[in-house]
Amino acid sequence: MTIYGVALLAFCFLAGKVTGTLLGAAIGINGDVGGVGFAMLLLIFLNAWLKRRGWLDGPTTAGILFWSSMYIPIIVAMAAVQNATAALSGGWLALIAGVAVTVAGLSLVPLLSRIGRPPAPQPPGP
Amino acid sequence: MTELITEVLINNGLLFAFLFVGVIMLVSFWLTRHLFRGLIPGVALAILIGLGLAFLGGNKGIADFPLFAGMALLGGSMLRDFAVVATAMGADLDKIRHAGPAGAVALLTGVLLSFVLGVTIAWGLGYHDPVSLATIGAGACTYIVGPVTGTALGASSEVMAISIATGVVKTIATTVLTPLIARRVGLDNPHSALVFGGLLGTTSGVAAGLAATDPKLVPYGALTATFYTGLGCLLCPSVLYLALLWLSGW
Repeated sequence: MTIYGVALLAFCFLAGKVTGTLLGAAIGINGDVGGVGFAMLLLIFLNAWLKRRGWLDGPTTAGILFWSSMYIPIIVAMAAVQNATAALSGGWLALIAGVAVTVAGLSLVPLLSRIGRPPAPQPPGP
Repeated sequence: MTELITEVLINNGLLFAFLFVGVIMLVSFWLTRHLFRGLIPGVALAILIGLGLAFLGGNKGIADFPLFAGMALLGGSMLRDFAVVATAMGADLDKIRHAGPAGAVALLTGVLLSFVLGVTIAWGLGYHDPVSLATIGAGACTYIVGPVTGTALGASSEVMAISIATGVVKTIATTVLTPLIARRVGLDNPHSALVFGGLLGTTSGVAAGLAATDPKLVPYGALTATFYTGLGCLLCPSVLYLALLWLSGW
């Protein structure tokens, strides 16, 4: 049933958020550290496990894939509710620093991507 | 009569948001096919239209207008994170395992780089006290790390505003610049997407930038970016601020 898929997704999401919040509290941050990341890993594991047992039928998967395909429309809505005026209110300092940091980050992508590059199959790094 | 119709739309805000975003997508895909001949991806154009609409409103973007309040729910963090987690269905665990070390290095480098660069630019533009410098440097990480650090250190509200603004500019710049220079920095595979998510770290910007570049890369970037804000909140008000104090005292 479709709802099984949605429920499974909601379970992974909430379990991840709880883990992230607990981790945040443990290291003294009032917030969620990597909740979405834990939820994604949990979903990947559960998905593989359920598939192997044959417990994941078409409609169940469709319940998850629907939300996966809603991702881009949600991002468009998210862009439309950004505090865009705040970006301008911070003046030149905010504009220069924000753009400089983005460009610097992007320019490091090729360099750091060399770490543990996949084509040569090797055990995960030290 | 117009009032009655508007009232129905406001009372069913989320559903109106579905319709409204659907129309934006339709318009942008039509425009890319017929006007730009595939020069700009339809998704990228839709996100740009969304950003443009955000400038019409205030601190909640277009959702400041009651008619579009549903956009804040559709584009809010709950549904966004829910959909991001769902994209993990298409992710390959082996690729994540391979890029794990690179992702971790990227996270640490990303926070450090943003902080140092933010501090340097703030210094150059006339801020010299460590609290303001650290708050603006933290804002260069993400717009959440900024105010968290500023509150912890007791920064002035003017500096807090600049710090948040820096983070918002970073989110928007990441959204717009990523699809433009993705090819040049080799951002076309899961491995570099994981590194990219860790380096940039703004969840919204990484998600939107990758969606506009190649939706298949989204889960990988989102996976590392989700740890960034937490790491920033951990390092900026503590280790990095102390390092700054030590440097300025020297």
